[in-house]
Order: sequence, then C-alpha cells, then structure tokens
Amino acid sequence: MTSAIEIKDLHKSFGDLEVLRGIDFQVAVGEVVCVIGPSGSGKSTLLRCVNRLEEPTSGTILIEGEDITDPDTDTDAVRRRIGIVFQRFNLFNHLSVLENVTIAQRKVLGRSKAEANEIGLANLERMGVVEKAGEFPRRLSGGQQQRVAIARALSMEPDMMLFDEATSALDPELVGEVLGAMRTLAEEGMTMLVVTHEIGFAKGVADRVVFMDEGVVVEDGPPSRVLVDPEHERTRTFLRMVLEGE
Amino acid sequence: MLNWWRELSKRRRVRFWRGVSYVVFVVLTAAFLLAVDWARVVDTMFRPEIVADQFPDILLIAAKNTIIYTILGFIGGLALGLVLALMRLSQSRPFRWAAATYIDVVRGIPLLVWILLIGLGVPIALGIRVPTTFGPGALALSLVMGAYMAETIRAGIEAVDRGQMEAARSLGMSYSKAMIWIILPQAFRLMIPPLTNEFILLLKDTSLVSAIGVTVTTKELTRWGRDGVIHSANATPLVVAGLVYLLLTIPMTRFVSRLEKKAARSR
Repeated sequence: MTSAIEIKDLHKSFGDLEVLRGIDFQVAVGEVVCVIGPSGSGKSTLLRCVNRLEEPTSGTILIEGEDITDPDTDTDAVRRRIGIVFQRFNLFNHLSVLENVTIAQRKVLGRSKAEANEIGLANLERMGVVEKAGEFPRRLSGGQQQRVAIARALSMEPDMMLFDEATSALDPELVGEVLGAMRTLAEEGMTMLVVTHEIGFAKGVADRVVFMDEGVVVEDGPPSRVLVDPEHERTRTFLRMVLEGE
Repeated sequence: MLNWWRELSKRRRVRFWRGVSYVVFVVLTAAFLLAVDWARVVDTMFRPEIVADQFPDILLIAAKNTIIYTILGFIGGLALGLVLALMRLSQSRPFRWAAATYIDVVRGIPLLVWILLIGLGVPIALGIRVPTTFGPGALALSLVMGAYMAETIRAGIEAVDRGQMEAARSLGMSYSKAMIWIILPQAFRLMIPPLTNEFILLLKDTSLVSAIGVTVTTKELTRWGRDGVIHSANATPLVVAGLVYLLLTIPMTRFVSRLEKKAARSR
C-alpha cells in the first residue's frame, strides 16, 4: 500500500544555511505522526515543504505515490488534498467565519453556495464553533480561531492534515480545546503530520514520534519508545528540558 | 545687563517669547489690513453682481466637469495603478522592470507637460482630431495617476500579512484567485485613506486640463474662472471658482482625517 507521505533524502537550504540535511521518513494512510525537536531543528520547514510552501532544494516527496517535487506537478491540485493549520491561524480577516470555511470550496472546488455552506457548517459543528458562524475572526478567542482554521482545512475534504505548531501561539488555557479537536480528528482516522511541542499530546495520540535535531531525523518510532526510553542522548536531553519546563 | 534675563525661570522665558511673537504677529497683521485699499480689492476680486452672474452655471457646468475629470482620471488611474502594482510584485523580471520604468518616467515629468503632450502633441502626431477635451484630459490624468497610485496600491498589498497568501494557497487557490478574493479586498481596506487623499490631489490637478482647448460645455472650474476674468475684466470669477474648489475639498479632507483617526484607533 502506498504511503500518504513519503519523504526521501530531502534537503533545504536558505542561502548558506542548510536547514534540512537529508530527511527520510513516511506517514502511512490513517497514521498520526508527531514531529518534535528543539526550535530551529527544521520541523516547520519540513512541514512546509510537504505542501510546497517552501521549495525543497533537493530530494523527493511523494504524496499518495505522486512525486510533488516534479516541476510538472500541479501544485494547486496537490494542496487541495493536503490541509494545513498554521501557528498563527491565518484566518481571512475580511470574511465571516462561515465565509472563511466556504470561500475555497466555492472558488476552487466550484461548489454551490448551498453545498459549501452545508459542508462548512458541518465542519464548524465538528470543531464546536458552529455558533460563531456569523462572527468575524477578530472577535474570536485564539482557541476558537484555530478551531475555525481546522474546520476551514477540513471543508476541502483533504486526504491528510498538517499541523504547524498549532497551539504555540495560544494562551495556555486555550491549548486544551485545540488539542481536543485534533485528538477527535485523529480518532476519526485522519492521516496527520503534527509538528508540536506538546509531548503529552504526542504520547497520547501519535502512532509514531519523530525526533528531529539540526536538520536530521535523530529518532523515529512508537511514542512508548521515543518518548519514554529513547536510544539517543540528544533525545533524552531534549525531553528532560521540555519536561522540566512543564 | 543680562542678569535680569538669566534670573528668569525657564517657564517665564517661554512666556516672554510667546508674548513677543504675539505682538509681532498683531502688528504685522494690522499693518497689512491698514495698508490695503479694501474697497479696491472688493471691486476687483469680489464684485457682488459678478458673483451672482456665475451662478448657477459655475456649479452646473464647471464644477460638474471638474468632478467628471476627477472621476474619469481616478477610475483610469486606479485600473492602471493596479496593473502596474501587480507587475511590480510579479516574479517576472521584465514585468517588474517595465512597471518601474513607467512609474519613474511618468512621475519625473510634470503633469502639465503630460497634459499638453497628450492634448496637443499626440493628435497632431497621429493626425486625429479629438472631438472633446474629456478624452485627452482624462487620458493624461489617468496615465499619470496610474503611476502614482501604483505605489499606493503596492504598499497596500504588501501591508497584508504574508500568512493570508499562504493560507489561501494552501487551500488550493491559484495566485490570481488568492489575490482577487483574499489579498486585494484586505489591501483596499487599508488603502482607503491614502486613495482618498490622492482623489483630493487629483481634483485640484484637474485644473491643469484648462491648458488645452475646451468647448463651452467642457470647461472645468479653473478654465471657467480664467475665461470669466477675460470677459468681465475682473478677478471675481476666479475667486468664486477657488471657493467652489474649497466646497469640494474641505469635506473630503475632513473625511480622510476621520478615517485615519479611526484606523489609528483600531490598530
């Protein structure tokens, strides 16, 4: 069976700075993979390469078997199949919550207003923010905004979801509601690649945890091993620092 | 001798200088008011019967034409400015270069020269007779305003958070769809105050159109005033024209400063 995401020898440099130095790993369909690691380890860059927000310097990325690093690939079509949730929500501030979750359905997928509204409202309901449908994003709390952002991505009915530190910009008391929504999604069988600092979430939800440092994958395995009994000293040091902080 | 001055407190010294400047101001103003022969001024610049003569045509013809030039120039400039701004932001080097050259060349030459060139030079060069001055006047205003507005529009687009474009593209929108549905609506909201300012500047600059030939029905305010001066051998029509400009610009200036205050508060 083809993997949802397959990354082979991925390199990415910004000028002289090599951020990704040969990444290899896969995400199977229906799998939840959490990527952890210190800031500056290249986790976010990796995620952004997967939907071509960043152009990889070399290497290949296969999405459901299709090589998206091929210059002939229709990037817009690939992105339609991959939902992404950003650290800073990036909701469209000039549109209402309902319009946020319907505009791409209508302009990209060509759905009718009625159909887009129905799907959008169902996803807002799923994320527990349907009562905010008529509001503008600025009037919502960070946690509510992030759940709208997840609903917006889900409304395109993607095959997989990427989360780029989705809870890092939130006030501590709002983190739980977003993690809860992500957990629900994982339980429903969504393929997820999650860059996160939430070790507890990784432990409880992930099928696999990838530890990255200095642009390479240091450790890759089930959370019970990577988070509890890691093989590498670097992983142990990182976990000790993160857990002390909590 | 300066001891008394040194002993004054800072506050008293400030008060002293303020008193001196008031006295100078009052003396100069009074001297001016007394030196001028006011009867003669009113006689040459504000004769009531000539003022009455201007109405209602100065509003129905001249002010109306000024507004028509302004709106034509603004719409043309906005369309051209948008194209130029998008070219400046394009990935393609030739597009960026062409737009930058156009903007530099157009802004580096006075508007009056452009109006004369387009109104007088081009019809002769191309051997065409332009039936009405709205054509060349509005064309010249559009071409020049486009260059100025391009920079305003580009700044507006760049002021929209980069994450908005990324989010739109991640949902599968093409660059142009993201621009049309996500970026430009937010950019134009940011641009309302500067664009209104440019509208006011343009309204005043339409007076330069008076330099090229006009028919009776297409006179704008400045030409109206100038022709009025020639006919009546009196400056009153020009003064009235000036007052009509104020009638148009002051409410808009107020409107912009209200918008700017509101924008500053919401930030």
